Parts: sequence; structure tokens; C-alpha cells
Amino acid sequence: MASHGIKDQVAIVGMGCTPFGEHWDKGADDMLIDAAHEAYASAGVTQDDVDAFWLGTMGSGVSGLTLSKPLQIDYKPVSRVENMCATGSEAFRNACYAVASGAYDVVMAIGVEKLKDSGYSGLTGSRPPSDGTDSSLTAPATFSLLAPAYAHKHGLDEETMKEVLTRIAWKNHKNGALNPRAQFRKEVAKETIAASPLVAGPLGIFDCSGVSDGSAAAVIVRAEDAHRYTDKPLYVKALSFSSGPATGALDPSYDYTTFREVRTSAEEAYKQAGISDPRSQIAMAEVHDCFTPTELVLMEDLGFAEEGTAWKEALNGTFDLDGDLPVNPDGGLKSFGHPIGASGLRMLFECWLQLRGEAPPERQIDSDRTLGLTHNLGGQPGACVSFVAVVGSEVG
Amino acid sequence: MRGIIGYGTYVPYYRLDRSKITAAMGAGGGRGHRAVAGYDEDTTTMGVEAARNALRGSTVTPSSIWFATANPAYLDKTNATAIQAALDLPQDTWAVDAGGSARSAEAALLGAKGTPGISMAVVSDLRTGNPTSNDESNGGDGAAAVIFGDDQDAPVLAHTLGFAASTGEFLDRYRLPGDTSSRIWEERFGEQAYLALAEDAIERATKSANIGMEDIDKVVIAGLHARAVRGLSKIAGDKLVDDLTGRIGNPGAAQLPVLVASVLDQAEPGETILCVHLADGAYANVMRTTDAIADYTPFATVESQIAAGSDNLEYNLYLTWRGFLDREPPRRPDPDRPGAPPTFRSEDWKYAFVGSRDRSSGAIHLPPMRVSMDGGAVDEMERIRMADVPATITTFTVDYLAFSLSPPTVAVVIDFDGGGRFQAEMTDVDPNEVKIGDRVEMTFRRLFTAQGIHNYFWKARALAD
Repeated sequence: MASHGIKDQVAIVGMGCTPFGEHWDKGADDMLIDAAHEAYASAGVTQDDVDAFWLGTMGSGVSGLTLSKPLQIDYKPVSRVENMCATGSEAFRNACYAVASGAYDVVMAIGVEKLKDSGYSGLTGSRPPSDGTDSSLTAPATFSLLAPAYAHKHGLDEETMKEVLTRIAWKNHKNGALNPRAQFRKEVAKETIAASPLVAGPLGIFDCSGVSDGSAAAVIVRAEDAHRYTDKPLYVKALSFSSGPATGALDPSYDYTTFREVRTSAEEAYKQAGISDPRSQIAMAEVHDCFTPTELVLMEDLGFAEEGTAWKEALNGTFDLDGDLPVNPDGGLKSFGHPIGASGLRMLFECWLQLRGEAPPERQIDSDRTLGLTHNLGGQPGACVSFVAVVGSEVG
Repeated sequence: MRGIIGYGTYVPYYRLDRSKITAAMGAGGGRGHRAVAGYDEDTTTMGVEAARNALRGSTVTPSSIWFATANPAYLDKTNATAIQAALDLPQDTWAVDAGGSARSAEAALLGAKGTPGISMAVVSDLRTGNPTSNDESNGGDGAAAVIFGDDQDAPVLAHTLGFAASTGEFLDRYRLPGDTSSRIWEERFGEQAYLALAEDAIERATKSANIGMEDIDKVVIAGLHARAVRGLSKIAGDKLVDDLTGRIGNPGAAQLPVLVASVLDQAEPGETILCVHLADGAYANVMRTTDAIADYTPFATVESQIAAGSDNLEYNLYLTWRGFLDREPPRRPDPDRPGAPPTFRSEDWKYAFVGSRDRSSGAIHLPPMRVSMDGGAVDEMERIRMADVPATITTFTVDYLAFSLSPPTVAVVIDFDGGGRFQAEMTDVDPNEVKIGDRVEMTFRRLFTAQGIHNYFWKARALAD
């Protein structure tokens, strides 16, 4: 028994990503059509060239028909995939394996979420009938548990912790301000972030990602076929997924300063990709900054900072656009919102732009490193699923 | 000899200062405080808390529960079953309701007393009335549980010397099912009816006890008709027991057993106590304490619970909790109703707060799991009830967005003494005063009501000193 990975066996040869935002004038169907056709054009293929599809959506439709009907796909396999907030990444992961297996030559991974039709704040979802004893806490409340626990463990006072969280939000909004596809395209002053109304625990509105609509798509082929489609394919180096036993809320040894699922999925991804020091080997990372303390903790769980030091690194700009390891150069969930099925593919879209040198000059990262990482998380501290991908612009 | 072998009371945490009613409405209110059930409490949950206090001060297991309230959480469906489940009593317990009127308290008390074996009467009430009404300001919320048994079950603390009752059909107060307020006839009308009925019952009760009024040490007079209670209290003189109305209000059906408990909290051996209840007639019970009362320590006295409350409840919050004010709800979906089959399957967890403990590793799972989180053993679990185990807050948060009848929601991660962790909602708490390291205990509450289903479960609250 072993996990082998599929390093350099498949490649992304085309991508599409809609603007994310409050699309009152577009339904999920419209966004799927826009993202898919942008990806087809990017790869230089037509819909007829694609052999199979993986559609990620949490709540914007069920079954393959959610994609095949709006796109008028002619009797080809479409798998609808769901894995909480990591849904978009899960669609991508399964699509990659299908190509690596030899079952198909050309596949598409596409994700979509139409959140703004519900009329509610935050994310919502339907659950199976239950005994009524499940926690009714909202997502910001469950993630807010990270902040006091981290501060307590590493000796930060309340003010310093607030400063750290504020800077993470400030950094991501600063990056998003440079991105025409982002939901929020304005820098936000630190004072505004720090003074925003409380949502849960120490988290204000600006510590939370927004709620938006969006879609993103990738065309994936075997690595050896990639140059037929593009001169600059993105090779898949690693795909890992970790689904935990969800015992954080039961297990007194869990201290709410880490995601065990992220640690295991990161270790697995680095093993597959042959990465020994992610901090010095990765050019840029797109991580699941659903709430500011999440990004803080992720920096340590992903091995970008030593345990107990991420807060200092965040304050001194390590993860800024011009820092040693830029994190969320596109603005992250903070600037894009989190249309669940689309987010994981939106993260890959930024890798696609950055590693191919096609990001707009004002946010193009100047680096001789060739690897990008995406990280996608679903659930809550102590009970989550975690995905890590590593992609690179060169074979080997 | 058969009699009372244990008892417990429950006075909810919140008090409404009656002057706040006057200040807000320009009418109503008055002096002193009334006890107020939390937004997450009803007569069933308060009954559970009173019964838990009774059982925690005792070593017996009742084989029947007689539950009475004038304000039942469910109609058609028995409410005593939730109490039986929350107390983790076995299936062969007989749990039954008497309900609808204040007088139903008498049915529960006499029914429990007369049912062979160890029987527990649980009486609970939650009193509402139109804003500015006497019922609003003078009502109170609370519950009491009285355990009856024989000497061989446990030492009898008090027993009946004589009893009599009278009945009258007249309209002094009445309420149609579903109404939030009762209608009251002119007070002087009820007074004359009650005084005659009470004199008759008291005379026959003392006669059957073979004593005179001069032999009585203390007199308890309960009843929702304040003027009649006042009028009758003249017979008691300085033997009259404080009816607590000034500090907690009149908890309706529960007033009689709450006052009896408050007397027993302080009683000496050999005291003779006349207990009168005015409700559609009169009930007069002459009882005497035994030597055993000297050795009995209630788990929580009425006085200690009154002292532990919070006087800071605002009137607008009170009106909201009781459904007289509708706030704009958050832009969040309404909570889902619990499903009957999943609830049936998890009765031990949901109602009795029973988790599972891995027999080999000792790991405690809340909620219970079949596969151990420590070692992975399958179906090697034993049940472990955590409802009465204190715990310590390890971390917490305040959720301003979650659906709640009284936002914000305070959530705590708690570690139980001796092992086991749970993420709970915290109740009866000021969100600004929660601290890591605070001590808590579990309390049975109604989380919300969705599509006609009350969602009962356990929350954490500050551990009583």
C-alpha cells in the first residue's frame, strides 16, 4: 500500500476564470459557459475535443446535467464532485487522475458556485435530517477559535494578534486591488480593517472572506501531449487530499493552533513533488484564507514558517507580493469571495498566470523558482478536509 | 411510613426588575423582581433541572414521574417523557403529565405520593401575561421536584398528618389554549369564593390531623389569586412563610412545591407545617418533619438559587424571549427541525448526555462513537453519562451571526473532569465575562423550536459555587 502521486504525468494546457462578484445578471449556467469557453480558447480546443468532465459544485446543482445541459455536451461523461469548500480542487484532482490512468486524452475540471441567489449572509447548505445536536456555530465562529488559541500558545497579546490578523487582510486586499477578476478591487486601510464590526470572537467583517459568484475551469492532458496545445504547459507535480477523523472537538489533545489535515496533506504533496524546503523552493502559494487566522495557521502547517513564527513573518512582509514567498498574490478568498466549487480552480488560475509570466505586470512575481502551490480547505478546525496541489512550469 | 424522601427546586438565572416595566410602559411593574426563564428554557427543561437537583441530593431512583404544569411545552404528546429521558431513567419508569391548570400541581403531588414505590412529582411553570398586567409583573418562572417513598427507600423527611381539599367551579382566571395571557375576573369576586373554600378545607385537614391551629409552626399559602392569598394569610399571623413573590414572583403551578421546599430547606425536626393551595378550590395539607430532616442537605437551596441570579435582564429582552416582541431575524436560514428517527436513535446522547468510553483506552467520545478515536477499536464502548460532570473552558468564541433567539451565541470548548471534551453552547452568561479556565456544568435546554418540534439538548453554564 502506498501513495505514488502522478508527478509530471499530466499538465494543464488551458484555463478560464470568470470575474468573481455579485453577478445579479448571471446564473450558474452563464458562468459555467463563460469559464468553459475561456478555457477551450486558452487551450485551443473545442468542446468536441474534450473527452470527459469533472464539475465541482457544493450547492448550485446536482449531477452531471448541471454542466451538460447549459454547455449542450453531447453524451459524454460528466462527474459532479463535492468535497465541501475544497470542491473545486477535488474536481481537478479527479480529472487529473483520469488522464493519468490513460482512460481519456483531454478532460476538463470546472467549478462553479452561485451564492448570491440565496439572500443569506455567509455560506449556507442543507444537511441530512439529524437529531438536532450538531453545533449551530457559523464558519467564522469555528475558525475564530484559532486566534485566541494561537495567541495563548505563542505568547501574543491581544493587540499584537489583532495587528497580525489585520495585516493579513490588508495584504490580501492590496493584492486584490491589482486584480480585475477580484470581487473587491480596492486597498483597505489597516485602521478600517481593525475597526470593522465583529462577526465572531475577535474577527471583524474584514477578517472574513466575502460571498460571491464565480466559475473557473482547466483543460488537462497527458504531459507528453501538452506541447501540442501550448508552449507553456503547467505540469502537475503533486495532488494530495486529507480527510480527518473530525475529532478536534472531542480530543483534549487538540489545541486549535493547527490543522492536522493540512499538515498531512502538505507532507504528502511535498513527498510527491520532491520538495524538501517549501519556503525556499516554492515561487508562490494560493491558500485558503477563508478567515485571517486560517491563513496565519496555514503558513506553519504548510511549512512556510517555523511553528510559532508565522505571525512575525506575516508582520515583516514575508508573504507580501514582493516578499520572499508571496501568498495569495491574486488577493485570495479575501478579495475574491468564496464561490465554493470555483475557488480551488481560481487558485490554480493564478498559478497558471504567474508561472507562465502572464500576470499583469503590476502583480507579476519576479522569481527564478518554478513551482506554485494551491491549498484548499473544507470544514472547520478539528474537523476538516484539506487539499494541496503543486504545479510547475518545468518537467523534473 | 410514607412521605417526602427528597426534593429539589429550580429558580432560573434571570430576574426582571419590575421597575423596568414601569419605566418602559409608564404603567404596570412595581417593586422587587420576578424570576425569568431564559430564552432557551420551558417548563420541561426547568422541570428537568429541578428533578436533577432532587436526585443529586439523593441516592434513590424513582420508578414514576408525575409532571404538572399550566404551560405545557407540547400538547397531545407527554412532556414527562423528555424529563424521564433527560434523567437517564430506565424504560420501566412510568412518566405521566397532569396539566393545563395551576391546580394540576396537586394531582402530581398526590399522584406521586399515592403511587407505590419511589415516585417523583415534578411541577414547573412559566408565567406570562400581557405587558403591564399583574400576571406579567407578579408572575415568576421556576420548578420543583418532590420525591415520595417509604422508610425502607430512604429516610422520610416529612409526612402528612392530615389532608383535605375542596373544589369550586367559578371563573377567577381562565385562558384559551394558545393564548399568552390569562383573563382575570374582578378580584373581589374570587376572594370571597376562595376564602370560604379554604376555611372549609383547612378545618377538615386540621381535624383529620387531630390538631388545632395553635399546634402549627409554619403556614405556607400558595395561589395565583393574590387578594385571596392575602386575605387568608391573616389566619397565619407570624407563622406565615414568605411566599418569595417579592424576589422571584409567583411561579404558578410550581409555587406550592417551591414554597414547601423553601420551608424544608430550613426546617427543624418535628415542625408542623400547614400547606395551603388556592386554585379552583383549596388544598390543605398538614405535614410534620422527622428527625431525618436534620441530616438532609439539599443539592441547591431555594435561597442559594435566588442569590445566584442576575438582576440585569432588560425588559425589551424579556418581551423578546416571551414572544411579545419580534426582532428582525439575521439573514440566515431558519434552523432545521430535528428528525424524529435520528432523535429516537440518539436518545441517550441528546436527552441524557451519555457518551461512549473506549473500554481499552478509556477515551471518552462526545457524542458517542462506535469506532474509538484512540486506537480504532470497533464496538468496544461502554456508556458514560456526563450530564453531572463539571468541566473547564479550554477556549471559547462569541458568534454574532448564528441563529439565536437572543444573540450573540457563546460557544465554549470544554474539558470534563476525568476526561472528555465537548464543544457546547454556553447559556446564562454575559459574553464579555467568559474566560478560559472558567468552570462550567451542563444544563438541559431547548435550543430552538422548528416546525413545531422543540429541539432539546444540553448547554454549559457557569458552575454554581
